Amino acid sequence: MEILLDNIGKILEGFQVTLILFAGGTVLALVVGTVLASMRVSPVPPLRLVGATYVNVVRNTPLVLIFIIVVFALPELGIQFSFRLFAILAVGAYTAAFVTEALRSGVNTVQAGQAEAARALGMTFGQTLSHVIMPQAARSVIPPMGSILIALLKNTSVAAGFGVIEATGTLRELGRDFPQALYWLFFGIALGYVVLVLLVSAVFRQLERRLVVVR
Amino acid sequence: MSARRLRGLGAAAALALALTACGGGDDAATEVVTDAKFPAGSSMAKFNEAGTIKIGTKFDQPGIGAKKPGADAPEGFDPEMAKIVAAKLGIEPDKIKWVETVSDNREPFLQNGTVDLVFASYSITDERRQVVGQAGPYYVTGQQLLVAKDDDSIKGPDDLEGKKVCSVEGSTSIKTVEEEYGANPAPFATYSECVQQLLSGSVDAVTTDGAILLGYTAENPDKLKVVGDAFSEERYGIGFKKDDTKLCNFLNETLEASFEDGSWQEAFDQTLGEAGVEAPEAPTVDPCE
Repeated sequence: MEILLDNIGKILEGFQVTLILFAGGTVLALVVGTVLASMRVSPVPPLRLVGATYVNVVRNTPLVLIFIIVVFALPELGIQFSFRLFAILAVGAYTAAFVTEALRSGVNTVQAGQAEAARALGMTFGQTLSHVIMPQAARSVIPPMGSILIALLKNTSVAAGFGVIEATGTLRELGRDFPQALYWLFFGIALGYVVLVLLVSAVFRQLERRLVVVR
Repeated sequence: MSARRLRGLGAAAALALALTACGGGDDAATEVVTDAKFPAGSSMAKFNEAGTIKIGTKFDQPGIGAKKPGADAPEGFDPEMAKIVAAKLGIEPDKIKWVETVSDNREPFLQNGTVDLVFASYSITDERRQVVGQAGPYYVTGQQLLVAKDDDSIKGPDDLEGKKVCSVEGSTSIKTVEEEYGANPAPFATYSECVQQLLSGSVDAVTTDGAILLGYTAENPDKLKVVGDAFSEERYGIGFKKDDTKLCNFLNETLEASFEDGSWQEAFDQTLGEAGVEAPEAPTVDPCE
């Protein structure tokens, strides 16, 4: 217990890195996921094919494998980033596939009449999607999106094995320095993750209360 | 008979000689003590009666302890030392049960009895001695740096400020370069992954015990080199369950005997010696508490 308190600074530093990975991964996943979801519902077959292929390949690949591809293969092609950016790319690209599918299910909840009305007003496909369909779709997928982002938060721990010292990596370091307190350290770090997850769920509960469409 | 055929015969003869030599080497391993007597109730008597012992060792460090795919037992300096200790307990090498231990699980494995002894490049530290027993040391090595062959910017640990340095997560080596030399730590799961990162240019250096690094330069002499003198002291000890003083004394006596009768030297020459590591002088073991 004492050891946990003595090293609180180091543990918080670790969680700070976890949060950086989480924030970067979330932005990347939401942006890429929205683009891919738009492609999957677009009237252009090649775009639909690209979206579907991405989802099927990435969603069916284990996250560790994606990390290996990003961290070991990209430098061979001459693409060199920091390990943190690599980790953000890996978790972001992985989570984007899940975001795509959640958004697509949201799009399907928007009644066809909405799209038809937008088209009758003379909107293009892009306008219909960004002004009419996606805002409604996003609202209806807030609960599953919360689960996806919680998974993303926990998935950042995979980066501990790929050159980044975040919360899980900090646990490893402290376990090495203080083997006598391994279980205290374990529970301390686990508690940190629980707190972060509760925060994310609280944010989503608020979003849900404010934004969910009443039908 | 043509000249070519004669050469072929010569080669076959040389091969046969080499094979016999290999066989001879194996036979010379430490003899198993058959009539060992230990005080009743001691751990040694328990292992001796059971006729088997569970040894925790590394499976992924060339020269130290590495298990090849498909092999039954790991090879390296640590397993050789374990065989010497097992022989003194009257246990045949093929009766040893090998368990893979990594840096994170050595203490828990000793505490809960998953392994009886740990020979796993297990550096002796005061923190570890609070939770487990550590006999020895049986080998003293030091941390060095592995860099790209064409890199002249790193000549020693003092040049590491702000450089990306890879080592295995949870190792003491990564702590030293981070806390004492201001390096930017990049932990990976295994040393081979670190070496791959160095080869692709993602990190500037790999650090760990010199013995391990030399194994990797031997694999890639055109691209990698080891630089600088050793800048830390790692003393490999044998891990056992805490507060077993009798076992500790037995282990220390066995180690001292192996330093004297040459079996320690032989174990070294067959493993790390082959990777080009110079044989050190036998260390002095710490007294048991």
